[in-house]
Amino acid sequence: MGLELVGSETIADASESPLSISGLTVSYGEKPAVFSVDVSFQPGQMTAIVGPNGAGKSTLLKAALGIIRPLSGRVTSYGRPLDEMRARIAYVPQRASVDWDFPARVLDVVMMGLYRELGLLGRMRGQHRARAMACLARVGMEGFANRQIGQLSGGQQQRVFLARALAQGADLYLLDEPFAGVDAATEKAIINVLKDLNAQGRTVIAVHHDLATVPEYFDRLFLINTTAIAEGPMAEVFTPANLQVAYGGRLALAQLGSAAAG
Amino acid sequence: MGQDFVMLSLPPLVIGICAAVACALPGNFLLLRRQALIGDAISHVVLPGIVVGFLVTGVVATWPMMLGAAAAALLAVVLIETIRRLGRIEPGAAMGVVFTAMFAGGVLLLEQSAASGVHLDVQHALYGNLESLIWLDGWGWGALMDAEALRGLPPELPRIGGVMLGVIALTAVMWRALVISTFDEGFARTLGLPTGAIGLGLVAVAAVAAVAAFDAVGSIIVIAMFICPPAAARLMTNRMGWQVAWSVVFACLSAVLGYVLAGYGPLWLGYQNALSAAGMIATVSGAILGLAALFGPCRHRGGAPVENGAI
Repeated sequence: MGLELVGSETIADASESPLSISGLTVSYGEKPAVFSVDVSFQPGQMTAIVGPNGAGKSTLLKAALGIIRPLSGRVTSYGRPLDEMRARIAYVPQRASVDWDFPARVLDVVMMGLYRELGLLGRMRGQHRARAMACLARVGMEGFANRQIGQLSGGQQQRVFLARALAQGADLYLLDEPFAGVDAATEKAIINVLKDLNAQGRTVIAVHHDLATVPEYFDRLFLINTTAIAEGPMAEVFTPANLQVAYGGRLALAQLGSAAAG
Repeated sequence: MGQDFVMLSLPPLVIGICAAVACALPGNFLLLRRQALIGDAISHVVLPGIVVGFLVTGVVATWPMMLGAAAAALLAVVLIETIRRLGRIEPGAAMGVVFTAMFAGGVLLLEQSAASGVHLDVQHALYGNLESLIWLDGWGWGALMDAEALRGLPPELPRIGGVMLGVIALTAVMWRALVISTFDEGFARTLGLPTGAIGLGLVAVAAVAAVAAFDAVGSIIVIAMFICPPAAARLMTNRMGWQVAWSVVFACLSAVLGYVLAGYGPLWLGYQNALSAAGMIATVSGAILGLAALFGPCRHRGGAPVENGAI
């Protein structure tokens, strides 16, 4: 896995939070999916967002990014309104959120990551193509550039999404369940890329569901179950007591044991 | 041949092609957004619009009715989006609710206007009247250079031609934003793209194309052209740009082949009558879709290989 820098070289200011959320409430119906959440993610860190199914993990990300409209709440990025900072933010949606029968090749999807740079009518040049190919190479997919995206396995699709985010050359990477339903090789490839990004000083925030790998993959943990439960360094937050609160007793003893050991 | 062709066949052919292309272009995106029914919906809701246009002005004239139709189409689009968002239901259901209700309202309104003794032709709205769009001043190919003769062109031709050029230009300019927000709306939002406005704009363009085409060729072609050429094109290629190109080819092919078959097909078979050109164009587009479904190179989808086989 190459460590070469693709895209923007600007690393965020060390002090400002790349994503700060206050008083965020989102509701799909009568019951809120996310209720009055305050959280400031730390720059240059890898943070996992963890909670039970339906805890509002994905909803929190989507509302923070303006994909869905929250009832209330303020979101800032690097101390500015999020809308002004979009060039520095890359988002990897859940794989299942798009129709993979869409008539596009792998390279076409990765090129979408260059949209902010190219705009509506900017000319696509050889260097853009080369950069998209470099991003594919970083996720081990350079041999698939001309494949139709529907012909990929789930893990390969996830890597294409990650390559598209890499093409954005962002400082903050937000990923929604990047390890859901992927094969072991893909999981390893993705975590390596994320650790590379982190080593370059970029911030990574990912919704994650596998408690067994949380402490191994991430530095910090944000526990959520509709309301925010705890945010902090892994060792302080990843405790049986906190997990018990987050999962409301729905957690197997073995998992709590691994938390105690971790 | 020259004079007859220019006078009788050239205008309907060109109008048919323009209508087919103007509808097929937005149809590509609507199809991929699972909103292909919108063409059906729009061609139904124009009925109340036309009736209202008549009731307000009291004359059976093109412009009031077209404006009424366009207003009704835009109202329907807004209603569909509102119901879809507020009700959190799938677009197909929202369209079904809106267009049946508005069409039914149109029928009631029409009854009222019929009661006042004026005749509005619903059949005409459905089948159009492509064959009647002739160019009496078209004395031969030279007439295409003759300003005097050109003024005698059926007014539908510049209207649908202008709309087609507008649709082509908008599709070209908005291409990247359209493709990204059609494929992955959430991601498009994070890029700062106004996905709501893009979606609404697409449907509004489709509505304008539908109303202009409907005026010239009737709603059957409108419904067919929104769906058949893009759907057939999808089976020919796995790339968006090529899909749109194929859909334009299929739309033109349907228009030309349909018009010729309707006019001369029965003669070749020894019958005296001609068939409805609009009906035949729609039928040909359906036949093309059928052929593409049977023989198109890209009709096998996904078939995602085994998960562990990655790399």
